[in-house]
Amino acid sequence: MPALSPLARPESVPQPAATPPEIIRNFCIIAHIDHGKSTLADRMLQVTGVVDQRQMRAQYLDRMDIERERGITIKSQAVRMPWATGTPAGDQAYILNMIDTPGHVDFTYEVSRSLAACEGAVLLVDAAQGIEAQTLANLYLAMENDLAIIPVLNKIDLPSAQPEKYAEEIAGLIGCDPEDVLKVSGKTGEGVPELLDRIVEEIPPPVGDADAPARAMIFDSVYDTYRGVVTYVRVVDGSLSPRERIAMMSTKATHELLEIGAISPEPAPTKGLGVGEVGYLITGVKDVRQSKVGDTVTGERRQASTPLGGYKDPRPMVFSGLYPIDGSDYPILRDALDKLKLNDAALVYEPETSGALGFGFRVGFLGMLHLEIVRERLEREFNLDLISTLPNVSYDVRLDDGTELEVTNPSEFPAGKIASITEPVVRGTVLAPSEFIGAIMELCQSRRGTMLGMDYLSPERVELRYTLPLAEIVFDFFDALKSKTRGYASLDYEPSGTQEADLVKVDILLQGDTVDAFSAIVHRDKAYAYGVQMAGKLKELIPRQQFEVPIQAAIGSRVIARETIRAIRKDVLAKCYGGDISRKRKLLEKQKEGKKRMKMVGSVEVPQEAFIAALSQDGSDAEPAKSKK
Amino acid sequence: MPSAFPPGEPAPEDGSLPDSALEGMPGRPFSVYLHVPFCRVRCGYCDFNTYTLPELADGAAPEGYLGAAHTEIELAARVLSTGEDRPVSTVFVGGGTPTMLSPDALGSLVADVRDRWGLAPGAEVTTEANPDTITPEVAAQLAEQGFTRVSLGMQSAVPQVLRTLDRTHDPAGVSRAVRAVREAGMQVSLDLIYGTPGESQADWQTSLDAAVALQPDHVSAYALVVEPGTRLHGQVRRGEVAAPDDDDEADKYELADEVLSAAGYGWYEISNWALTMDRRCEHNLAYWSGADWWGIGPGAHSHVGGVRWWNVKHPRAYGDRLGAGRSPVHAREILDEQERYAERVLLGVRLADGLPVAALEDAGRHAVAGLVGDGLVEGRAAVRGRVVLTLRGRLLADTVVRRLLPG
Ligand SMILES: Nc1nc2c(ncn2[C@@H]2O[C@H](COP(=O)(O)OP(=O)(O)OP(=O)(O)O)[C@@H](O)[C@H]2O)c(=O)[nH]1
Ligand SMILES: C[S@@+](CC[C@H](N)C(=O)[O-])C[C@H]1O[C@@H](n2cnc3c(N)ncnc32)[C@H](O)[C@@H]1O
Ligand code: SF4
Ligand SMILES: [Mg+2]
Repeated sequence: MPALSPLARPESVPQPAATPPEIIRNFCIIAHIDHGKSTLADRMLQVTGVVDQRQMRAQYLDRMDIERERGITIKSQAVRMPWATGTPAGDQAYILNMIDTPGHVDFTYEVSRSLAACEGAVLLVDAAQGIEAQTLANLYLAMENDLAIIPVLNKIDLPSAQPEKYAEEIAGLIGCDPEDVLKVSGKTGEGVPELLDRIVEEIPPPVGDADAPARAMIFDSVYDTYRGVVTYVRVVDGSLSPRERIAMMSTKATHELLEIGAISPEPAPTKGLGVGEVGYLITGVKDVRQSKVGDTVTGERRQASTPLGGYKDPRPMVFSGLYPIDGSDYPILRDALDKLKLNDAALVYEPETSGALGFGFRVGFLGMLHLEIVRERLEREFNLDLISTLPNVSYDVRLDDGTELEVTNPSEFPAGKIASITEPVVRGTVLAPSEFIGAIMELCQSRRGTMLGMDYLSPERVELRYTLPLAEIVFDFFDALKSKTRGYASLDYEPSGTQEADLVKVDILLQGDTVDAFSAIVHRDKAYAYGVQMAGKLKELIPRQQFEVPIQAAIGSRVIARETIRAIRKDVLAKCYGGDISRKRKLLEKQKEGKKRMKMVGSVEVPQEAFIAALSQDGSDAEPAKSKK
Repeated sequence: MPSAFPPGEPAPEDGSLPDSALEGMPGRPFSVYLHVPFCRVRCGYCDFNTYTLPELADGAAPEGYLGAAHTEIELAARVLSTGEDRPVSTVFVGGGTPTMLSPDALGSLVADVRDRWGLAPGAEVTTEANPDTITPEVAAQLAEQGFTRVSLGMQSAVPQVLRTLDRTHDPAGVSRAVRAVREAGMQVSLDLIYGTPGESQADWQTSLDAAVALQPDHVSAYALVVEPGTRLHGQVRRGEVAAPDDDDEADKYELADEVLSAAGYGWYEISNWALTMDRRCEHNLAYWSGADWWGIGPGAHSHVGGVRWWNVKHPRAYGDRLGAGRSPVHAREILDEQERYAERVLLGVRLADGLPVAALEDAGRHAVAGLVGDGLVEGRAAVRGRVVLTLRGRLLADTVVRRLLPG
């Protein structure tokens, strides 16, 4: 472990509100998922002395249970750290505000918000993996924001690391010298002090007008049960101080500042925040919507006239119905969604009803990982048992009479008289060893992709760019890609408009009744496969009834697949009882209990478990936690 | 491995019963069951409370058992004594294999019952027996000891099926045993099992034909149940033998009903057929009609006036308890009104006599029309005020019961 910075001694650390912008450096760490951002952040926390050996734990900034369990970062975290560099005149003290960001594509919007609070970015690349799809995506984002980029190779302690090779690759990409690519290990701490020195050297200090009316950008807003809404800001101009009243520029609403502080690495009140500083505000508001991400905070008495540029609201990409298994839990689900929404601006939902599943919500998500995480949090933190319907994207449907409607739920899909259907498409980037080009092209073709181009990053690595329907890549594409490339390919995508497509709704009928929860909007070429698969699944899942139950898959009135559940003929226990009547009665009571967990579809009894199993995605696109390579 | 007990509440050490159970008791029919927990070998499918002698080794073996059983009869007589006479209407000695004990030993138990309570005139006294334990001498001695009926575990007439079931007898042994029982002047019943892995419809037909050819008074046909904890269960779980198939068993049940009816046997309970009404098993009927009975022996179940209890399973524990002057009851259940109703429906509906519609609560009465419509309940009988299962209804009796009961 390298020696601690002399600034670890509190008395010599520049205090918030009294730190000149010239000695501030604001940066974030960006990378592909799992390339070691949070681990590198750990070493920075240690080497700057803000966390001591005793308090240290791996991925210190992954504070949510779900982050720790899955080993991934979901929310960005900002930390203020002191650092000193030697100059001919002696040590010079600096303040570094570091933001650790998530790597998963579902949370790209978190990264873009963090970027807007910084002047520079550490672009981290796993020295055993090289550049991957989100490396590129996040690099583009940082460049778009005009940030200074510091390229760094991580995990150089790994025997499989190839730092020289990947330094070339990175240099080729950003147009620097391979020697300029720093080499560190987040595990051993090697190279970390040098990296901090480089940050001080290369990332410009924030510039702002200290005398102007205060302007601070809200880059995150989090609801905390004990403290109410905690708002994370980066001050651009002027300063904020405790006990003054502040105003939100978009709504003009004013609030008293109950607390203002910095995070190092736990929140602590300060005398205020000045130009270029990053910290938090507590105003006593109870709803994050009153303290909206992207809004500009100013002082009530001396108000700024122009707000800072905000952020685009994240747009949901995937929709799914969430239903409580026990219908009486509906109000709990509603409250739970309201609560989660407080911390998750990306979560959108509205009530919906399903003939088969009862009352629930149609919820929009950023992607399958987001869906999985929200669902898991609802179940865990609010003790709910949920069924989620097959996820789908949103479609624009134009009818013959010119009416247009947005369809985010198959049950809203109009019957007949459709002039056109448009589906969202994405620009997908796949990075992989060149030996897999054929396999990847085949896969993208089968997913209705159109190739945009292909580039060699090095003789062995290619980047393939495709336009693909969102619906084709958002669910199980990543799994398919991984399995066709032995895990070597990475994927990134971003929305890129819409296209017309030949889509149909496939209904599933039990005994002639449509089960709305099983309807799906699919491309005409894939309708048959969906129908056969679903009918087959249901045949296995639905217990035999007293009568024969036909299962049909149909497009409109045209049946495309069918299965039959034969009638049950025997359920009696025809064995010698030997007088043990109690056992028999208990069995009956259990059967009756089981009946209560049945949903009636027409006259067919369908167990909850059948819905859950039939609707479960065998192979979602949510990257599993830390699949160790 | 013997099966697990249902959950229940602790019972008093002295074996006493709540007053509610005894109320009105002398007016109700009363039966005695005697459980003999020994077998020469344990069949792979069987989860009855039974033990091979090497498993028991010491004093828990037959002699100890007999002493303890006599002690429990004494305890039962004490608990039930209400000063009034209560002749026993049926005695059933079951197992295990009761005929692991000598006819004298079995006779001493019956005699004890007779001495304590008296036997009703013409009372049915049955013992179960494995075919290879019945010789003409044994049969004669059983008759002498007061037995009127022997239930033989024939199971199948197909050697391959008998082997799969781990049975020790061969088909010829069954006819010898039947002849011996009949010559001793007792009634014969045959137990059959259908649905054994590997048993074809033709095999089953063979077994039914063979059973009918022996002209027993009574036939029980049971669908093979793969009970948890049995050797068979392990074989099925490991995929070594196929699990019984409901459709196959339904076909076999229908075949049984057809063959037996054609031979003059009428069904009177889902798994039981008798040549005439008076050859039905009265003891079995007592179970289905919710009568009182005391079960003597390890693991035996009893029912008196809405209280059900069951004894500790192991013969040693059973003997120790009684030896120490304590009740051998492991746990008991005092049924509430709703549970008693559920049982009346659940048991009564299995009988050919059926269940009086008038005995049903509103929900049940309203369900009858639907059951008739679905072909599960006889329409004619329903019109006359009784719920009687159709052939299809007998196979789906659990469904019928669920539909008759509320909730
Ligand atoms: N050997 C070695 N392993 C490392 C190093 N840095 C990180 N790791 C391991 O790589 C895995 C991912 O590390 P994280 O720090 O969680 O990666 P991340 O980039 O923050 O991941 P996301 O936040 O999910 O995008 C963990 O198992 C770390 O222990 C390193 O320098 N050397
Ligand atoms: C209590 S057993 C004892 C009879 C005697 N020990 C014999 O096996 O011959 C009574 C009957 O229950 C039936 N039986 C036992 N186990 C069974 C099972 N697992 N499934 C179906 N019937 C069973 C057999 O037909 C057996 O004859
Ligand atoms: S002989 Fe009868 S009681 Fe004994 S193990 Fe076999 S089936 Fe069970
Ligand atoms: Mg992380």
